[in-house]
Amino acid sequence: MNFKLKDIGPQLITVLAVVLVFGFFTYNAQVNMENRGIDFGYGFLSQESSFDVQFSLIEYDGSHSYFRAYLVGLLNTILVSVIGIVIATILGVIVGIARLSPNYLINKFAAFYVEFFRNIPLLLQIFFWYFAALRALPLPQDAEPMFGVSYLTIKGLYVPAFIWQNYNIFFYSVVAAVIAIIVIRTYAKKVQENQGKQTPVLLISIGLILILPLLSFLIGGVRLSFEVPVLKQLATTSFIYEGGVSLPPELIALALSLSLYTATFIAECVRAGIQGVGKGQKEAAASIGLNPNQVLKLVVMPQALRIIIPPTTNQYLNLTKNSSLAAAIAYPDLVLVFAGTALMQTGKAIEIVSITMFTYLTLSISISILMNWYNKKIAIQEK
Amino acid sequence: MSKINFLKPDKSNLSTFLYTGSFLFFISVIDVFLNSFFRINLTSFLPSFISFLLPLILGFIGLYFIRIEFSGIKNLDLINKHINTNNFNAILSLFIIFVIIKSTPPILSWFVIDASFAGDSKDICSGSGACWTYIKVWMRRFMYGMYPNAEQWRINLSFVALALLGSVGYFATEKFKKYLTLYYVVIYPFIAFLFIFFFISGGPVFFDFSYGIIAAVISIIVGFFIPSRFKFYYFIFVPITLYIALKYFIFYEELIELGKLDGLNWVETGAWGGLSLTFIISFFCLIFCFPIGMAFALGRRSDFPLIRYISIGFIEFWRGVPLITVLFMSAVMFPMFLPADFFIDKLVRCIIAISLFEAAYVAEVIRGGLQALPRGQYEAAKSLGMGYWKMHIFVILPQALKLVIPGIANTFLALVKDTPLIFVVGLLEIVGMLNLAKTNPEWLGFAMEGYVFAAIIFWIICYAMSKYSYNLEQKYKTER
Repeated sequence: MNFKLKDIGPQLITVLAVVLVFGFFTYNAQVNMENRGIDFGYGFLSQESSFDVQFSLIEYDGSHSYFRAYLVGLLNTILVSVIGIVIATILGVIVGIARLSPNYLINKFAAFYVEFFRNIPLLLQIFFWYFAALRALPLPQDAEPMFGVSYLTIKGLYVPAFIWQNYNIFFYSVVAAVIAIIVIRTYAKKVQENQGKQTPVLLISIGLILILPLLSFLIGGVRLSFEVPVLKQLATTSFIYEGGVSLPPELIALALSLSLYTATFIAECVRAGIQGVGKGQKEAAASIGLNPNQVLKLVVMPQALRIIIPPTTNQYLNLTKNSSLAAAIAYPDLVLVFAGTALMQTGKAIEIVSITMFTYLTLSISISILMNWYNKKIAIQEK
Repeated sequence: MSKINFLKPDKSNLSTFLYTGSFLFFISVIDVFLNSFFRINLTSFLPSFISFLLPLILGFIGLYFIRIEFSGIKNLDLINKHINTNNFNAILSLFIIFVIIKSTPPILSWFVIDASFAGDSKDICSGSGACWTYIKVWMRRFMYGMYPNAEQWRINLSFVALALLGSVGYFATEKFKKYLTLYYVVIYPFIAFLFIFFFISGGPVFFDFSYGIIAAVISIIVGFFIPSRFKFYYFIFVPITLYIALKYFIFYEELIELGKLDGLNWVETGAWGGLSLTFIISFFCLIFCFPIGMAFALGRRSDFPLIRYISIGFIEFWRGVPLITVLFMSAVMFPMFLPADFFIDKLVRCIIAISLFEAAYVAEVIRGGLQALPRGQYEAAKSLGMGYWKMHIFVILPQALKLVIPGIANTFLALVKDTPLIFVVGLLEIVGMLNLAKTNPEWLGFAMEGYVFAAIIFWIICYAMSKYSYNLEQKYKTER
């Protein structure tokens, strides 16, 4: 008899409790929905949504389906997350390195930044940027042009739009350049491992990424022109810019606060990672004749990255999840469009909240799988 | 040759370089200072671009001149070592000095000099500075929300009493120290619960829960005397039985009378708000999320596969979704899962949602501590004949928790910073109240003051917490 009550008992009781709780909830949900005359189902996704969204990356209006609205929200969430992640990473790395600077002023400045932005709730920061700071910007008619072509106004940032001719040729040339760089890097690494010769990979890479797209302009027939935003009068006091790309102030406020907030955490990860590399490693590298740059590039960074990446992944996940605070300032992200407007219209609370949660779960899990894969790739291969 | 010598500072003509360098440096600082504080531009005769960059150039040359290694002058060496190691650092240092000087006057004038403090109407705020009158007028709302003015002493009294009761640990003598854990884990939350739900709310609103808490306290105390073999079953069955017995059979009438304190008006939770609500929510979530998180951390490391998978599922689910959707769920989805006549207050739903959410994070932090303990600790405890619960309570958890103090403090900080999100369900703590005040037609246009005020309050709370956790970490650090 392999089964013992001692082993089975606790598990059985736990499972029983979980099943009971879930059963209780499901039973109640069924009864409640019957009483209120709501039926469960995801059929509403293909119905006409009949509400509009302020800012959308894909074509959308009220005649599209709820599923389309869901996609609009999801894309907006992804957009703000990606912008936030890029800015936060750059800022975080700079601040993290500045935290380790021997320069007293820079060190304290970075520390002040981290302590300041980390200890204020993110929602408060978003409100601050959106309701206080960005509201102080000029009206469209009073805005001073930046670099002559962009306008930062209370209604958002207007920048020139790119108008491409033969865009696909340009795109292919960039792809070709990237592939060539990867091939050359692999080859150079092999050469160095086999013969000990170093190839100027960086120079060649820069040359390739500049020359190939340039060639596409010269001989490929690619043309680039700009569509500059132009002020247009709607009514006596109402002005708007037409043409170009407009970024709504909600997006700016959200991306700004998300990246400023998350950068503090990334900075701490970077600092911890670089500090985590033993002093002996640096000294050993210096003693075999590597110069400071090589020490940083070949010895410190590869080891530091292993410490930095897992917590930084967590921060990326946090940023993505925090982007749902967009609902507070009416940036049309997944939560606002789908769990807000669509839920109000359809009343399908269980379906919509579950879809929203499932989407975030999928996003988080896919980011963490991606980063785990990368982490595994750069981990120490012990023999 | 002589030219190169002239440009390269060294020790041989130290004083020349030192005086020229410091002179140039101070000129540049004074230029920026006059420029930003008194709006005097010393170099206005130059083209505006050069006039703008001149302090930077002068200061850079000055710093270059005083960069003399091993000069023998203590202060100079200190400066060179800290802000002036090379050209790049010198420029960055200058840049930061100038930014600080430039940004001081506007900030100072907005905060203090041009700001209005007096009076209690909007007319006073006509200057360019901050309008602190606005904060003064709305102070009660920011602190207490819509709680009636006449009743606010109840909140104050409760918080003072709870703070005093909470500080007992500092005054406890050696003799009573061993009971402190019991006090803080069981008795103090119970007192806090009574204070908040009977005194601040002033009626039997959350009455059902009092049975649960009494049942839990009694069963935990009795649980100490139950042999560890039966402890699991005991804790599964007894509290619930006790709860039902208390509620339906034993003293139903007596507790209803106890629940209503004479002379206190009932204040519904919808009227609670402001900073006091932030404290109440943080406090309760903190109390609840810790044991739940601990249970799931142990569950995730359990030998029973089913318990382990359930724990993993629970933790990963809550960690994968944003808090705002969890609150949405508690607001719109959760009532659907309950019997139609069963009503749970909004605030309680919120507290449950945030507690479960943060519990997942606490669980991961505690799991980190459990994993960091060497196997020897488990084996030693087992070899002494300790059971699962004894081993964890007396050997494993004290060490593991000590290891993860910073992580837990971070989670609690995140919890405090997450409380403003309850605006989703319509509860207005301090940030929510700010947004409400901002839209008041009499007080339009003072968003900045409100947010700065709230930011300062939150910053002080969070900074104090992080410093406290650092001290705690240092205090409980045991050398291995």
